[in-house]
Amino acid sequence: MKTDIILAGVGGQGILSIAAAIGEAALENNLYLKQSETHGMSQRGGAVVSHLRISDQPIASDLIPMGKADLILSVEPMEALRYLPYLKTDGFIVTNITPFINVGNYPEDEVLFNKLKSMSHVVLIDADRIAKEMGNARASNMVMLGAACPFIHVDFEKIVNGVKQIFNRKGEAVVEMNLKALEAGREFSLNNK
Amino acid sequence: MQKYLLLGVEAIGQGAIDGGLSGVYAYPGTPSTEITEYIQENKLAIEKNIHRQWSANEKTAMEAAVGMSYAGKRAMVCMKHVGLNVAADAFMNTAVTGINGGLIVTSADDPSMHSSQNEQDSRFYGKFAQIPVLEPSNQQEAYEMARTGFELSEKAGVPILLRITTRLAHSRSGIIPGEPLPENELKLPADRTQFVLLPANARRRYNILLGNQSKFLELSENSPYNRYIEGVNKKLGIVACGIAYNYLMENYPNESCPYPVVKISQYPAPEKMLRRLEEECDELLVLEEGYPLIEDMLTDFFGKGKKVSGRLNGVVPRAGELTPDLVAKALNLPVGQGETIPGFIANRPPALCQGCGHQDLYYALNEVMADYGKGRAFSDIGCYTLGALPPFETINSCLDMGASITMAKGAADAGLIPSIAVIGDSTFTHSGITGLLDAVNEKSNITVIISDNESVSMTGGQKSSAEGKIESICQGVGVDPTHIRVIVPHRKNHAEMVQMIREEIAYDGVSVIIPRRECIQRAARNKRAAKA
Repeated sequence: MKTDIILAGVGGQGILSIAAAIGEAALENNLYLKQSETHGMSQRGGAVVSHLRISDQPIASDLIPMGKADLILSVEPMEALRYLPYLKTDGFIVTNITPFINVGNYPEDEVLFNKLKSMSHVVLIDADRIAKEMGNARASNMVMLGAACPFIHVDFEKIVNGVKQIFNRKGEAVVEMNLKALEAGREFSLNNK
Repeated sequence: MQKYLLLGVEAIGQGAIDGGLSGVYAYPGTPSTEITEYIQENKLAIEKNIHRQWSANEKTAMEAAVGMSYAGKRAMVCMKHVGLNVAADAFMNTAVTGINGGLIVTSADDPSMHSSQNEQDSRFYGKFAQIPVLEPSNQQEAYEMARTGFELSEKAGVPILLRITTRLAHSRSGIIPGEPLPENELKLPADRTQFVLLPANARRRYNILLGNQSKFLELSENSPYNRYIEGVNKKLGIVACGIAYNYLMENYPNESCPYPVVKISQYPAPEKMLRRLEEECDELLVLEEGYPLIEDMLTDFFGKGKKVSGRLNGVVPRAGELTPDLVAKALNLPVGQGETIPGFIANRPPALCQGCGHQDLYYALNEVMADYGKGRAFSDIGCYTLGALPPFETINSCLDMGASITMAKGAADAGLIPSIAVIGDSTFTHSGITGLLDAVNEKSNITVIISDNESVSMTGGQKSSAEGKIESICQGVGVDPTHIRVIVPHRKNHAEMVQMIREEIAYDGVSVIIPRRECIQRAARNKRAAKA
């Protein structure tokens, strides 16, 4: 059992909170984990990526080799496509559809989404809208994590525990809201994959 | 046993605490910053009141750590690779004085220059200083090396250089902690002349260092981090240093590597293992993250020996960090490849945050400099370096910490008037003050802009040594108080700032303009923290 995930986004979008929840879950499941992050300069609005590897066997490399990723999980649609060389042939893309436009030559909506829709295994999710419906626009990353859950070989219960772990300090209401977002994302994925 | 999920740098922080650390000294710098931050936030470190405040720069950090070692206690000093250049004077000489309490110098290299001006390999500094170097291949080793490194340093009698690179620094994994060790008692060096590097003492100390080289080699030969791993296929022998070992294992899962391998994570390089590899194998491949240190050592200058491949002969790219794929290519193994990146994907370089005060400065400075033409603004290391990129393209240099002021001075000496320096608050107290003194002493005609966001922002908003001190420092150095001017960089003050820059450019002498507004990232963080 092994899942290699490319987590993508733009500096400041908080992809590391997604990685942290999966990390906690993996640890609790007694799984091996390696997760490399982008710190430093790119965090100022640049493209950021995290390689997240979970396995029941020891993991050697902190980086996922090209063509080996099971999943690209992106909180931004263009960023999802930046890492295609890492995705294996039957790998999945789960991406938020809200563009983050901070460059002049950002592709046209039509070009971008035609390409995304042409991929054979893709889940396009309006995480921001779903998060808002769940009561907090800031929970969109938890919607994204939920949407990724059907593709990650870790018990959903353990991921729920991971999310609890991370938000515990902020009180029960915050935990509940994030769990609702997580569940909503998962449901969307199960219905649309 | 409770497992910790830690970044490589955090593992070093935890290891140091468990190794009996009494003080960490550091200046923030990617990818090293989180070592000190981890210790700052660690409960046990707070309880024990381990020293954990930031220093003004890497040199002051290194010297304070040496002072703590002098007093018999265990100290760690942390920096990014280029920070070791700043600390180099103290570093090189501490190899000669030797240590009293265990001393670990942690240098985090940044191959591929994710957040740096160069990709220098700190292992060369270890070789230069002739001291042992540790280079972990994974997070657990990073933890162990920090925990037991003080003891190793005390055994060797010199500081130990702990070298990591960006990828391991910022990758998380489960760590199994070891037994925590106690702190040392206060104890003066037995020899009161040990740290006095007058020539007579220095010559004696240097001979001790030279005499200890064979001991350091023996420590490497017997190090738990260095290993000779048998292989059946002797056509090739592989040397894998630090994290390169992981990439090699990724390509040969379940210990299926057919070739003999020497894994190196402690230097000086273990000679016996390398000799055996050379004797047993037809040719060698060296995999190392950084410059070709081992490869250069093994490569036969006259070409009469066995073939050695690596970065020097292009089997591995000469620049940039290693990846499992580059290692696969070097071994002629198939490399996977998903779909290629669509052509319409736009680059997304880092940029100044919307609403950042540096932006307001650059809008104003661009308007003023339009009268003189581009190419006259020297700058420095920090978020504001992003002002070199579109849409601003305001600044024309970024060399090292503090160079904006001194380069502006040199250019003014050459006749480039006006010459502008743009430097951040923390960079100014790191290495800008002495340059400003040079300029004042010579009445150089330069305009220094200290863009003060009251924080070390690029590395995550650490406390700036400059906080509340910039005007008094400038006055103390001798800048005419009427030419030290403060303004809030904000859209509504644009015209005023343009006017102020014009006036100070017109002044024939050193003037300092301080646009001051708190970093918006830090302000937002503080606001969130206050709410929680």
